[in-house]
Amino acid sequence: MKVKAQISMVLNLDKCIGCHTCSVTCKQTWTNRPGAEYMWFNNVETRPGVGYPQKWEDESHYKGGWKLNRKGKLELRAGSKLNKVSLAKIFYNPDMPNMDDYYEPWTYDYQTLFGKESKHQPVARAKSQITGKYMKLNNGPNWDDDLAGSDRSFGEDPNMQSIEADIKGNFEKTFMMYLPRLCEHCLNAACVASCPSGAMYKRDEDGIVLVDQERCRGWRFCMTGCPYKKVYFNWKTNKAEKCTFCYPRIEEGLPTVCSETCVGRIRYIGVILYDADRVQEACEEPDDTKLYEAQLGLFLDPNDPEVIEQALADGVDMETIKCAQRSPIYKMAVEQKIAFPLHPEYRTMPMVWYVPPLSPIMNYFEGKNSIKYPELIFPAIEEMRIPVEYLANLLAGGNTEVIKNALYKLAMMRLYMRAKTSGKDFDTEKLDRVDLTEESATSLYRLLAIAKYDDRFVIPKAKKEKIEHVEDDQGGLGYEECNGCALAPAHGSMLRKAKAGMSSKDIYAESFYGGIWRD
Amino acid sequence: MKDIGDFLLWCVFPYVALGSFIFGTIIRFTWFRSTITAKSSELLEKKNLMIGSILFHVGIILVFFGHVVGVLIPKAFTDWLGIPNEIYHIGALVMGGIAGFLALAGMLILSFRRFSDDRVFKTSSFSDLVVDLAFLIVIVLGLAASLGDGIFFHPEFNYRLNLSVWARQLFYFRPDFHLMQQVPLTFKFHVICGLLIFGFFPYTRLVHALTLPWQYLFRSPEVYRRKPRI
Repeated sequence: MKVKAQISMVLNLDKCIGCHTCSVTCKQTWTNRPGAEYMWFNNVETRPGVGYPQKWEDESHYKGGWKLNRKGKLELRAGSKLNKVSLAKIFYNPDMPNMDDYYEPWTYDYQTLFGKESKHQPVARAKSQITGKYMKLNNGPNWDDDLAGSDRSFGEDPNMQSIEADIKGNFEKTFMMYLPRLCEHCLNAACVASCPSGAMYKRDEDGIVLVDQERCRGWRFCMTGCPYKKVYFNWKTNKAEKCTFCYPRIEEGLPTVCSETCVGRIRYIGVILYDADRVQEACEEPDDTKLYEAQLGLFLDPNDPEVIEQALADGVDMETIKCAQRSPIYKMAVEQKIAFPLHPEYRTMPMVWYVPPLSPIMNYFEGKNSIKYPELIFPAIEEMRIPVEYLANLLAGGNTEVIKNALYKLAMMRLYMRAKTSGKDFDTEKLDRVDLTEESATSLYRLLAIAKYDDRFVIPKAKKEKIEHVEDDQGGLGYEECNGCALAPAHGSMLRKAKAGMSSKDIYAESFYGGIWRD
Repeated sequence: MKDIGDFLLWCVFPYVALGSFIFGTIIRFTWFRSTITAKSSELLEKKNLMIGSILFHVGIILVFFGHVVGVLIPKAFTDWLGIPNEIYHIGALVMGGIAGFLALAGMLILSFRRFSDDRVFKTSSFSDLVVDLAFLIVIVLGLAASLGDGIFFHPEFNYRLNLSVWARQLFYFRPDFHLMQQVPLTFKFHVICGLLIFGFFPYTRLVHALTLPWQYLFRSPEVYRRKPRI
């Protein structure tokens, strides 16, 4: 047993309203630079839909993640090391997504709006941020937002392919859900295994996967390797970039920007202990539908004295263990089994998990006499608007049983709380059937519905001051080497004006109007 | 007077170019290490790159090893092996010609792509364009020299008796420019152009050729890093 700590996240899809606040704040923080315009370390997809980049889940096309070879051993789907060398893939990566699979970033030609008076209403046309030419928009970062069920998004969603035709046919009863996505910070990261330069790595202390900008040589195999298509290529610096899990914040015990700003409070961050020695064995589970359980088996009970002893011996500090004991992730994923990994069948052991959504079923069901007959939820979930098979394809490698159990549990918890708060009788024996007690149902309700800040985010500090000379990092900008990453170019004109004697008030009035940065 | 020109060209210039190569490589790898990338533009354009890049890279690697063999192995060695001069030359012409045309075809496609594709052109730096044209020129000159001169205009010319000797002399710092005076013009231009490319090699995108990630073949798939403790 080798104990490692992993920072991970759970997203409660039941409460996601698809507002994109997470995406926008993430972009403002990390990717509002030249070359990074098309990168969305975090994005929110409407499901069913093609996602971003388009059809990213179609691994027969993108060749992301791992597969088992004929001997039952793990192998990158994009090809082994030997295969990459022998087939000249180093000169041309056949499986890499093209910019059109994302979108060509654009801005608008705002100047025309301020031109001379003319007969016609002026229009700000879209201008490519790469070529500077006018362009026709036919794809964007969120092109099928809220369009779930349209011909294109429905027909091209890879998760729909294996669902029976009759369910497809019922699409007048269309369904929709949101899926916020970020880097999964996998235990068996395919991007790390793909990187020829060794620039990608997992941090030993918290498992965050990062790209070393110094060592990245732009071979782009990480982009192919990542089945979630969450490693991007900066066309200006010619290097790979990806979600950093806001590690400078995590080191300070703060949640990531996407979690901090989530208005629905759907995101939970915590640390989880796992057995690094058994990761490979778990990844080589031959049955796709059992991969979720195989991954679950890796997580260690942070209250087990034997685990604590081994963790300390393996260099995990006491604060991390304490946080692991209070971890909301452990509670939802391991204790209550209501959270699931996104596409475990890619065999990367992803560490951003999801609580499946329930809303449509409850709307359908709650009009009936539900508190009196709570057992009605069992047949009702089978008839849910979001097909259980769809959720199972997304979150459990096709294992519908585990998804159903989670939904039963969530629905039963709601009924119990509704009865409790409205002073109605509730046969608490019904809770047994879904492995809940009055106590655990209440505590789960508090975690999911009240979702206090301190319950959602239990993050150990990195104690950097004991590890490195922190003063070395002072004034660092992160992406310093790249042209345009620093703020000076953006603010240079302001600084010049200040030097020329303009007051800050005048500069403000000239630079801003209505609180929006002028182009 | 002509001798001074030839002396500068064949005894000084090569050292300037190769010196610049070594100096630049050291500088780039010590202080600008993070700027060394393959500078891929595959994200922006894929179709032409596929054919162009594979043809060019396979071609140019074969051409490189062809040059190493042709320049470094003395004629005396192949004579001792008993390979007749005619056979050697036919072999060199056929293999070199094939490799050269692969590289040329690849380079033509890549150049077309670089100058005609809007996204690629707009994101190209000046040095990308120079490198592109320089390779196109050097490959055309090389093919013109070995096929044009070697077959049609100067079939009696044997570069292994003068050009190769001079090239080997460069390595022990005793180059004799008189040897180069016997060489046809296309060969001369090809050599100058090639040396120029070596000269600016480390300052451009070409530097990626020096960073083969050989350690990838031996390392474990998952890489963990731990902060150094103080």
